[in-house]
Amino acid sequence: MSVLALLAAPSFVDTLLLKFFSEQTVNYVIWPLIQVGLVVTITAGWVAYATYLERKISAFMQARLGPMRVGPWGLLQPIADGLKLLTKEDFIPENADRWIFFVAPYIAVVAAFIVLAVVPFGPDWAVITDVNIGVLFVLAVSSVGVLALILAGWSSNSKYALLGALRSSAQMVSYEVSMGLAIIGALMFARTLSLSGVVEAQASNSVWFLLYQPVGFMIFLVSGIAENNRAPFDLPEAESELVAGFHTEYSGFRWSLFFMAEYTAMVVVTAVATTLYLGGWYFPFVYRLTEAKGYHSVYVVVSLIVFLAKAGLLLYLYFWLRWTLPRFRYDQLMDLGWKWMLPAALINIVVTAIAVTVIQGLDNPSGMHTIKSLSAGLGLTVSGKVIAIAFGIVNLFLTAGVLSLINWRSRDFNLKKQRHQIRLVDLPKGKPAVAPVETVSEARP
Amino acid sequence: MHQVEIATTKNALMDAPQMTLNMGPQHPSTHGVLRVVLKLDGETVIDLDCDVGYLHRGMEKIAENRMYTMIAPYWDRLDYIAAVSNGLVWVETVEQMMGLDVPRRAHYIRTILTELNRIASHLLWLGTHALDIGAITILLWAFREREEILKIFERQFGARLTCHAWRVGGMPNDAYDDFASDVKRFVDNFPKRLDEYETVLSENRIWLSRTVGIGVISGEKAIAIGLSGPALRGSGVAWDIRKARPYAAYAEMDFDVPLGENGDTYDRYLVRMEEMRQSRRIVKQAIENLPDGPVNAKVPKLIKPPVGDYYHSIEGPKGEIGCYLVSDGTQQPWRVRVRPPSFINLQALKQMSIGHLVADVVAIIGTLDIVLGEIDR
Repeated sequence: MSVLALLAAPSFVDTLLLKFFSEQTVNYVIWPLIQVGLVVTITAGWVAYATYLERKISAFMQARLGPMRVGPWGLLQPIADGLKLLTKEDFIPENADRWIFFVAPYIAVVAAFIVLAVVPFGPDWAVITDVNIGVLFVLAVSSVGVLALILAGWSSNSKYALLGALRSSAQMVSYEVSMGLAIIGALMFARTLSLSGVVEAQASNSVWFLLYQPVGFMIFLVSGIAENNRAPFDLPEAESELVAGFHTEYSGFRWSLFFMAEYTAMVVVTAVATTLYLGGWYFPFVYRLTEAKGYHSVYVVVSLIVFLAKAGLLLYLYFWLRWTLPRFRYDQLMDLGWKWMLPAALINIVVTAIAVTVIQGLDNPSGMHTIKSLSAGLGLTVSGKVIAIAFGIVNLFLTAGVLSLINWRSRDFNLKKQRHQIRLVDLPKGKPAVAPVETVSEARP
Repeated sequence: MHQVEIATTKNALMDAPQMTLNMGPQHPSTHGVLRVVLKLDGETVIDLDCDVGYLHRGMEKIAENRMYTMIAPYWDRLDYIAAVSNGLVWVETVEQMMGLDVPRRAHYIRTILTELNRIASHLLWLGTHALDIGAITILLWAFREREEILKIFERQFGARLTCHAWRVGGMPNDAYDDFASDVKRFVDNFPKRLDEYETVLSENRIWLSRTVGIGVISGEKAIAIGLSGPALRGSGVAWDIRKARPYAAYAEMDFDVPLGENGDTYDRYLVRMEEMRQSRRIVKQAIENLPDGPVNAKVPKLIKPPVGDYYHSIEGPKGEIGCYLVSDGTQQPWRVRVRPPSFINLQALKQMSIGHLVADVVAIIGTLDIVLGEIDR
């Protein structure tokens, strides 16, 4: 309940704290600590219940029930799982590099959680810190996650773990390139690197960048899934080939840290995708119904829920893909990264740049009026928006065309042509070894 | 196959350009206790060696010390996925040595149940093969249908997996009362489900890229190695013992044999999927024309086949499962030899895998559809 009270009345808490501490302490120490505590608790809970949701969703896809025993509908299953993992033996292989083996899971989990510092969960106080290089921060910190995987794979002194680590490093490095390039398109419209700024650019324009950047969104999502090592790109931990990949030798609490890092990284990618392309906490009419009427706290909380709902939808996409698609092979994954995602991201940048230039060029006193203001992002008028969206749609076809041109000679381009139909043959019947006859036949030797 | 050197020291791992990876005997996708020693250059397989025998129980030797009727339950544990087919090859071999004439109804019920067993075995193959390639959901869908078949087995034989199905000369008891309606219900529902699986896999881009052109083996090579069953037909060789030397009631059944073209993993996948459809067709015909009558032949109290030897084989779900029986005229066989389809099919693994990646080895083991119980006996 205290959490809810805190959410509803931050100004009340603020005045209460000011009675005991100086203003600087409250602003720079206590209030951020409360925010960090809130975000970490909420995210940890969200992560725990993401595992529950994944199990339930996969169960429904597979004609079964999923967890049902612990609590009603198995709702307490994540807690039971957590307790089980905490009480398990912390096993370290004999020839492992002990210190690195110890440290790797912490790097993974810290790298995943720290990104949440800049993610705008909502307006006003619902963001821990609004860094003006937020996007760069996200990219930089999430790359540190690779380090954990490599260290874990190397220190385990197991060949499966080593192969998993090698795969993961190659995979994450390749997909980070296209992920970073995909974001640039959205940033051209936002004209800022601050994540809150990106959301405000979308809110003040009342448009989602998904409409301007369909290609960018797709690239970002695919690269994000690959970056998270989730199916169908879960090669570093491909259980059928590499047993469990980089965390083969991990068990108990350390294993659960990796698990938590994976789910947190998923939450982070969905949150960033929501921020960049789905308008973040912005939703039509929410501002007019709440903030404009003076209900500030309600506005913040509703925005927060909007954000979580959008991120949740993307999270569902993750589960959906995981439980329906087979896994890529390592080389096919690299092909997809370098031959499809990277060129697509480059084309996206070029087309977006042309779009922005065209929009700016058309905006002159004599001709069309395309730009409204430049205060928050690229503020476009209706005609400007139409041009931007048209460029987005053209970009879809252009990217598809260019990618086919690049890849039409590769093996995987037209697999359906390569597949053969089977023939059905009615073979002639030979002399029966056993025939269902009712007459007595002569005995064999 | 020559022995692959196994690198043991820490430094060998770092210095050697080649890495030796020991896959199994405890590994999620070697389908049991198969151990494959892979020699890798990066992730490309340059050599591999299979190490079998972890499940060896000396079945053939045990059989020399058992009476003919007592051997049948052991046969269920060969290919435990297809216990009904295994049981059939044993009883038919003994029946033919004895010159027994099994009643027509027994033959028909045998046909129905072995074909159901073929479907069950193929469903398990489909599930695990898809699981190996990463499509997890198919496994549970396949098990849902397999469950229906196992329920029929449970009611008929009293067991689900190792269901000591037959007796020399016929069946332990007649089909249970609702047998026909249960089988008919399964036959009616099955094609719909099969189409569902095909929707998820057959046209799936990732599935195609993981299976088309992987583990190719030509028809000549397949014959040279001695492949049989779907693995042979996937390479386009028209050979099916149900057609070539019909047993049970197959001589009276009307069905087609699916043949692949490329001999790759995808063709074998399509062949097995089509085989399930054809099996269903056979079951449908057999259950509609199920004759009345007794299910047991007149069998002497003591089963003593005449002195001599006899080889009989049937088309099991995994290939030709054969039984070579030498009798010295006593109550116990002098020598029994099983022709194990999985063991012989496994010999193709090396030829199919070299040059592919580790992930493909897993897919190829899956497509060969091996069962370790039968490889090690």
